Amino acid sequence: MNDLSAPSRITYGAVLVRPAVVRRIRGLSDKALAWLFITPTMVLLLAINIFPLIWTIYLSFTNYRANRPNAPVKWLGIDWYQTILTDPDIWAAMQVTAHFVFWTVVIETVLGFGLAFLIDKKFRGHGVWTTIILLPMMLSPAVVGNFWTFLYQPQIGLFNYVVAFLTGHPASSFQMLGDVTLSPWAIVIVDAWMWTPYVMLICLAGLRSIPDYIYEAAEVDRASKWRQFWSITLPMALPFIMLAVLFRGIENFKMFDMVNLLTGGGPGSTTEVASITLKRAAFESWRTGYSSAFAIILFVTVFGLANIYVKALNRVKSR
Amino acid sequence: MSIANTAHSVVEPSPNTRRLAGSLVVLYAVVTMIPLVWIVLTSFKSPDDAISYPPKIVFTPSLEGFCNLFTTRSRQTPEFIRTLGPPQGLCDDIARSRNMVVAGPSNYVPRFVNSLIIAFGSTVLAVALGTLSAYGFSRFRVPLKDDLLFFILSTRMMPPIAVAIPIYLMYRTIGLSDTRLGMILLYTSVNVSLAVWLLKGFIDEIPREYEEAAMIDGYTRFQAFVKVVLPQATTGIAATAIFCLIFAWNEYAFAVLLTSGNAQTAPPFIPIIIGEGGQDWPAVAAATTLFLVPIVVFTVLLRKHLLRGITFGAVRK
Repeated sequence: MNDLSAPSRITYGAVLVRPAVVRRIRGLSDKALAWLFITPTMVLLLAINIFPLIWTIYLSFTNYRANRPNAPVKWLGIDWYQTILTDPDIWAAMQVTAHFVFWTVVIETVLGFGLAFLIDKKFRGHGVWTTIILLPMMLSPAVVGNFWTFLYQPQIGLFNYVVAFLTGHPASSFQMLGDVTLSPWAIVIVDAWMWTPYVMLICLAGLRSIPDYIYEAAEVDRASKWRQFWSITLPMALPFIMLAVLFRGIENFKMFDMVNLLTGGGPGSTTEVASITLKRAAFESWRTGYSSAFAIILFVTVFGLANIYVKALNRVKSR
Repeated sequence: MSIANTAHSVVEPSPNTRRLAGSLVVLYAVVTMIPLVWIVLTSFKSPDDAISYPPKIVFTPSLEGFCNLFTTRSRQTPEFIRTLGPPQGLCDDIARSRNMVVAGPSNYVPRFVNSLIIAFGSTVLAVALGTLSAYGFSRFRVPLKDDLLFFILSTRMMPPIAVAIPIYLMYRTIGLSDTRLGMILLYTSVNVSLAVWLLKGFIDEIPREYEEAAMIDGYTRFQAFVKVVLPQATTGIAATAIFCLIFAWNEYAFAVLLTSGNAQTAPPFIPIIIGEGGQDWPAVAAATTLFLVPIVVFTVLLRKHLLRGITFGAVRK
């Protein structure tokens, strides 16, 4: 490709004597232009992401507290990491997170794939209905969490009313957000409401990527619809489903805003997902060193998941 | 289901299948819309109607929620209110019927304005940086290209709270705490990863031959970028910008931890709207409704590009 750009290569000296900056950029070689275009983004990411990350790593080895900036800082080595990995509260938070991630991903995948399968039947008006279904995932998770607290009000909430109407249990007999057995499910329901469309959209792309001639061949071979589903539809849509699962898994592992507004981690710590534990340690107890170490542990976990995610992503792309 | 009996193509679903699929999808869509419709309805209810049991579907519309959202009110004795002149507008009228007078504007408008400034500021920056980088990655041989692209994506994978701890300390040190500029820079850094990945996909689709032809005609590489590639990439740039806007508009975790009075955006503000004796639900619903309207518009505008956006450009239709 570079041979065709030869006319743009003007010698550097000639460029430098031109006064206008724009002219200088115009005359730059491809290589210089590539760096000129990429460097600003890199500088920003280094300043706002990488430098803070390195700072966090440093803090995680110290007893620094953000609310006592002038106190002497002591080097603690890997003490915080040992404390965290043996702390039962942290493992409890990890269990809450695992419950949340597992059930949201299962429910969203089943419902999302089901919906995509139905929409792929291309009934009349499917475009409009698809757009309507997609709305919840575009909304602010914080605002969604906040208005679901209204729907979940034990006495006046619409959710309790509908459940009471359908099951006969009085609407004031249960509290979705105040009950230790119900609240972990209350956050799963809201997340599933919000993110099922996301899985649906990716699965729909998967279903639409399957060429018609494969089904035609299957019909010629007299394969039943059931058989076609299990041997063609599902395997061929699988990379897309995997992509959706991994993405939802990573996002929900980091979940903060929606849960923070719905329950704030309560009652007790029954819905205290990892990010809420981290926020409490960092911004309420001001244990900056400790929370930095926990942040690094979470980041390494997410980074590991992200690696798998990008590999899956490339596999989907190469199809 | 034999082939002979189906008049249409074998891969086309039968009319009955279509009807069944259609009704199930419509059922899901209706159920999933109930919470949103309920919030919009609640924003037009009076406080008493909003918390009535059983929930009221038919009610007399009231603008009290919107009034309470935009004003602060103070309680007064009926005798005092009688000494005042005629009510100043609709909201004052409603307030007086509850033995209150409008004391001044609320903080919602400044928060909404902050949301607008921060969302647009960070979007413009992220899209500008993203377009340049995406073009660089798309057209030039950059050393370690795949590693750099993965690095850019991985910055988006960090849990926001983990990022917020050092950012909080850094901003405190350099004086960017609770400033719009600080939030714009932070949101730009989050959005630029999406912008680079999405725009690289869009620019990859523009045939290189266009630029090469332009360069044979005497354009420099930079002129070809500005005059040939940018116009071709307009749709992609617009779609990317809307995605960045939506992220910045919706963001809560950074906003609640890093801003307080000055640069606070709407999402951390809406949940703390309280009236006398607890949460003022019609006002909260009104704030939510106003906040969600732009998102609904954007979603409709974006519907063709949604898939690309949510998968970082990995899946295209």
